[in-house]
Amino acid sequence: MVAKFTAHSKWKLPLLALALSSGVSGAALAQEKLKIGIMVTLSGPSAVLGGQARDGFNLAVKTLGGKLGGVDAEVIVVDDELKPDVAVGKVKGLLERDGVQFVVGPIFSNVLQAIHKPVTESNAFLISPNAGTSNFAGAQCHPNFYVTSYQNDQNHEVLGKYAQDKGFKKLFLMAPNYQAGKDSLAGVKRHFKGEVVSEVYTPLGQLDFSAELAQIAAAKPDAVFAFMPGGMGVNLVRQYRQAGLANIPFLSAFTVDESTLPAQKEAAVGFFGGANWAPDMKNPQTEAFVKAYEAAYNSVPGTYAMQAYDAALLIDAAVKSAGGKVSDKNAVRAGLKKADFKSLRGNFKMGINGYPIQDFYLVQAVARPDGKFATSLRDKVFSNYVDVYAKDCKPAN
Amino acid sequence: MSLTLLYVQTLNGLQLGVLLFLIAAGLTLVFGVMDFINLAHGVQYMIGAYLAAMFTAMTGNFFLGLALALPSALAFGLLLEFLVFRHLYDRDHLDQVLATFGIILALNQGVKVIWGAAPLSVPIPDSLTGAIVLMPGLLYPVWRLVIIGSGLAVAVLLGLLVTKTRIGMLVRAGATNAPMVSALGVDIGKLFMIVFGFGAMLAGFAGAMVAPILSVEPGMGDNLLILTFVVIVIGGIGSVRGAFIAAILVGLVDTLGRSFGPTLLKAVMDPAAASQTGRALAPMLIYILMAAVLFFRPAGLFPAKK
Repeated sequence: MVAKFTAHSKWKLPLLALALSSGVSGAALAQEKLKIGIMVTLSGPSAVLGGQARDGFNLAVKTLGGKLGGVDAEVIVVDDELKPDVAVGKVKGLLERDGVQFVVGPIFSNVLQAIHKPVTESNAFLISPNAGTSNFAGAQCHPNFYVTSYQNDQNHEVLGKYAQDKGFKKLFLMAPNYQAGKDSLAGVKRHFKGEVVSEVYTPLGQLDFSAELAQIAAAKPDAVFAFMPGGMGVNLVRQYRQAGLANIPFLSAFTVDESTLPAQKEAAVGFFGGANWAPDMKNPQTEAFVKAYEAAYNSVPGTYAMQAYDAALLIDAAVKSAGGKVSDKNAVRAGLKKADFKSLRGNFKMGINGYPIQDFYLVQAVARPDGKFATSLRDKVFSNYVDVYAKDCKPAN
Repeated sequence: MSLTLLYVQTLNGLQLGVLLFLIAAGLTLVFGVMDFINLAHGVQYMIGAYLAAMFTAMTGNFFLGLALALPSALAFGLLLEFLVFRHLYDRDHLDQVLATFGIILALNQGVKVIWGAAPLSVPIPDSLTGAIVLMPGLLYPVWRLVIIGSGLAVAVLLGLLVTKTRIGMLVRAGATNAPMVSALGVDIGKLFMIVFGFGAMLAGFAGAMVAPILSVEPGMGDNLLILTFVVIVIGGIGSVRGAFIAAILVGLVDTLGRSFGPTLLKAVMDPAAASQTGRALAPMLIYILMAAVLFFRPAGLFPAKK
């Protein structure tokens, strides 16, 4: 009790000072301060994804000299623990206690559903570096919500389109049995018109795929499509290779990427994915980014890092176009819509719904000469691709 | 549905069953002999996998890694027993559940601090990679056969140990009536410790053996723990023989149900509804099995005699 009291009283003075100064200085401050809250998943098995996003964003801020749009940027990182209820509590802390003007996050769609309303309604901007659900792309689009990644369906559509273009007749589909898994297979089937020999849904978190692999061997499809994020993907890919199925093309989304390749290693080489970028994209900004990221964090950046890096560049461009006046929401919003920055993926425009219009590629896992593993660009599958929900978005302003 | 597919899936079911047995053997003894609910048993499996991954990376050889991982898993189990579990034997079940659940959280976070959150992988030993042709058209990965073989070998050894040796006799006696064994002058504390350490090592062995096919990641034991509890409840708490039969049964029902359930249902309803129902039904099958077993034999298939 005594300790508690002293700890408490220790804070009283600074708090008082803070209260006084903020009351006085609000009008007097000439230079505005930019506060950004990063909310990503940093614990649990998916912590690698959030870690990449955090590192990508921080790298951009560091590269820009600690300023975004010429204003000193303070970045506060919080972990959403992949729990929507926890995320709501923490995002309210960011908005009300820390007074952030931007929230960058999250990684997962279920967290996005939870924090979208608290952030956008408090008149702060929400920039998602990964999750891009269909509802916010369509009828529920919001002028304070922007996405630097993709609409969730699009990466899956890439593989469906590729399978169709390639002339595959029989496709074997598998995904975990939850909403994103069902959306994924729907996305594939939007463009694939051949026969789906089997559509297997596995329990979320299943790690041994021996039963499904035996079914694939028996069905003899022309190709397999799998959506198995995280640890599930690591296991599936290695077991697929071990079962001697690697002669059947393996198409996937969020299953073979820079977050899973360090564990999949040789087993994934030659397997396909769909993405909006890969670390070997030929443009000077990507080359510089990949080099700096690998030097700083000793791992190959994936799309998670790239999209967060672009989120920082987007904020930089928006604040710059508002002349550094972060409090002028309308000017910042106009800047966000214009998205006048050099994206790592080259071709990038902000769509009417705040989701990007960009190119999508087939990527393939390769072993690099330095012994690390990465995805590598193959065919361009979609150009300037607008998501299918954008037509339902009627922007308010 | 071909015969080959049936064989492959039976092997897959057997492999899952053997794996479940390795974990369940320790759990059923700990539960049966000590009347101690150890939710942290799945963590021992995870620790075994991490130790195997670490030692394999250090020595460059899986078998050396395994040889080092087993005693380390044993030592770690004994350490946990000494530090935590020993103080919980006389407490009620709720305290045990709370404390061992806390250990799950602490150790899952602990391995993340030491080895990082990204999944680790262990290469299959070179001599045992690839797949062999068991019969025309039936290709099966060698490593999975190794898991089945070593699991069955452990089962036989454990059976002999429990039925033919003095320590096995004490363990069986302890499972039936621990206070009486203690009254006859047996140091029951020491017996508990041996059982506990041994159970931890078996779970660790299971983790080490699957490390080459599954990714090694924090929380990997949590899903299996529930299946393991299903196994020991079906088998009868405290019975190693029951755990073995039940583990194989659960492994087969789960694997075969997942792959053939929808096909069988197609015979009685239209394909779309069948695949929908099959998908929903497959994960439930083992729980339906458990309910059925408990309905006819409330103490499980082979209950330890009280």
